[in-house]
Amino acid sequence: MGAGELGRAFADGEVIIREGDVGDCMFVIQNGQAEVIIGSGTGEVQLNVLGPGAFFGEMAVFERDVRSATVRALGEARVITVDKRNFMRRVHEDPALAFRLVETMSNRIRKLTQRIAELENLCEE
Amino acid sequence: MVQQDLQLNDGSRVAVIGGGPAGSFFSFFLLDIARRIDLDIHVDIYEPRDFSRPGPIGCNMCGGIISESLVQMLAAEGLILPLTVVQRGIDSYTLHMDVGSVRIDTPVAEKRIAAVTRGPGPRDLKEIKWDSFDGYLQKLAMEMGACVINKRVREITWEDGAPSGAGRPWLRAGKDFSDAYDLLVFATGVNAAAQNLLRNLDTAYESPQTTKTFIQEYFLGEKVIAEALGSSMHVFLLDIPRLEFAAIIPKGDYVTVCLLGEDVDQELVNEFLNTPEVKACFPPGWSPEGKSCCCSPRINVTGARHPYGDRFVFVGDCGVTRLYKDGIGAAYRTAKAAATTAVLQGISAESFAEHYYPACRRIENDNLIGRFVFFVTGQIQRRRFTRRAVLRMTEHEQTADPRTRQMSMVLWDTFTGSAPYKEILLRTFGPRFIAQLLGNIAISLTTRQRPESYANEAQGGQSAVIKER
Repeated sequence: MGAGELGRAFADGEVIIREGDVGDCMFVIQNGQAEVIIGSGTGEVQLNVLGPGAFFGEMAVFERDVRSATVRALGEARVITVDKRNFMRRVHEDPALAFRLVETMSNRIRKLTQRIAELENLCEE
Repeated sequence: MVQQDLQLNDGSRVAVIGGGPAGSFFSFFLLDIARRIDLDIHVDIYEPRDFSRPGPIGCNMCGGIISESLVQMLAAEGLILPLTVVQRGIDSYTLHMDVGSVRIDTPVAEKRIAAVTRGPGPRDLKEIKWDSFDGYLQKLAMEMGACVINKRVREITWEDGAPSGAGRPWLRAGKDFSDAYDLLVFATGVNAAAQNLLRNLDTAYESPQTTKTFIQEYFLGEKVIAEALGSSMHVFLLDIPRLEFAAIIPKGDYVTVCLLGEDVDQELVNEFLNTPEVKACFPPGWSPEGKSCCCSPRINVTGARHPYGDRFVFVGDCGVTRLYKDGIGAAYRTAKAAATTAVLQGISAESFAEHYYPACRRIENDNLIGRFVFFVTGQIQRRRFTRRAVLRMTEHEQTADPRTRQMSMVLWDTFTGSAPYKEILLRTFGPRFIAQLLGNIAISLTTRQRPESYANEAQGGQSAVIKER
């Protein structure tokens, strides 16, 4: 890691968060890429590939539930942790902080809806 | 209720006086929020400094620490601090006292504090390797659509001599530039002569009370800094009269020495720099005489009174900032609160009072608790047995589960500005914390030397005890 790099470095393939684990923070990619996968072994499905500036693990901030997917580094990646308490305190003071999260989550729902529609079409065919 | 003539509409013009972090954050968020509601606003930032030039001409005089909480919030905003700006990621701080030193690592074992310079570097900089932090923020604001006017504002009057708030503010800058704006944003800090600009505005604004600090830069080179100071911020609690707090911050090729205290002068600075604790942080043969750059900026000890009115608002240091710590974080908070208010609620004094001032008041109220926290820190600083107790308790915690490190977290948050002072104080009221502190005070009063076996044990922990004197 260079002197000016922030966050924590993950090697290619290293798991950052694991599906089913309990989480209390979200993450923002500083550098590199990470893949979001669900399932394991041969049943593994890649849901998304995230790049610098993208966040993940946000569901643990809003819900008291386990991680819904595994995220692992795709190549070397650097990731910064955003503490739940720190984030929620700021959102309480400045609800506009959640604009970007809501925007991204809305975008993800739109993509997933589109994907479901495509899969249903495939099934019908 | 938004008054129709005191809100920003399509085509509204906003002048931001000062292009440091507060001015750039304000401009960035104002334009970002306006874009989200399809509002077209024009923003001019008046900043005479050139952040691409080393030395005082491109520097806003500050220690240059981006706190852990601000790094996280910027990341959540999608603002990733680039490697061209962050000179060193800080993953720990080392507390130095005359009774010993202890290193405390960041709670989640990652680099979450950024050491930057406000300009590209000190006056003797030979090669620009890193960009200015203020320049980076200004670029973000410009990418969002703000225009930077490299002129110093000379005068502000109300349009057509109308009474306060009835007309628009009229601004004159440079030799021959003048324009009218719908909203004026003061982001001038406390070191600029902004008071002179207010004489024609008839405002109730009273500027913050300040105290002098001291900042000095030393060239050591990247390799020497990595070996001597590492990626740790070095914090000093020394029993030197008039000295409240001191820190050495490793950057790229330079280290920054920051002193806070009462009437900080060269005599106090020399006394501090010549202590064995400070000299031990530098490589052998280092001399305090070989400084590259120094300044004595003022920092707030109280907030401004009435930092808003019809069509104007004060953000950052010239409004309210956190006591002693995280000034850039406070600039982000106040600038964003003012920008959100201006776009969504209006630009009247009532709108700012209702929606912006609570953000200032939260910081001000927390500063009152901060004063008490620093008073207690001062008392610890002045008594050898309390210094030994704090050192002993912190050392013990380094070998324990990170979640149980209470004194370490209290010290971490106090010195890094990562948590509100209220939260820090509440943590010290826990029965376990009090019991452990009293136990360590009792041991410090009854023993002279720490058992050697404990020193060895502590060396094996995640965080290293450097030495005990």
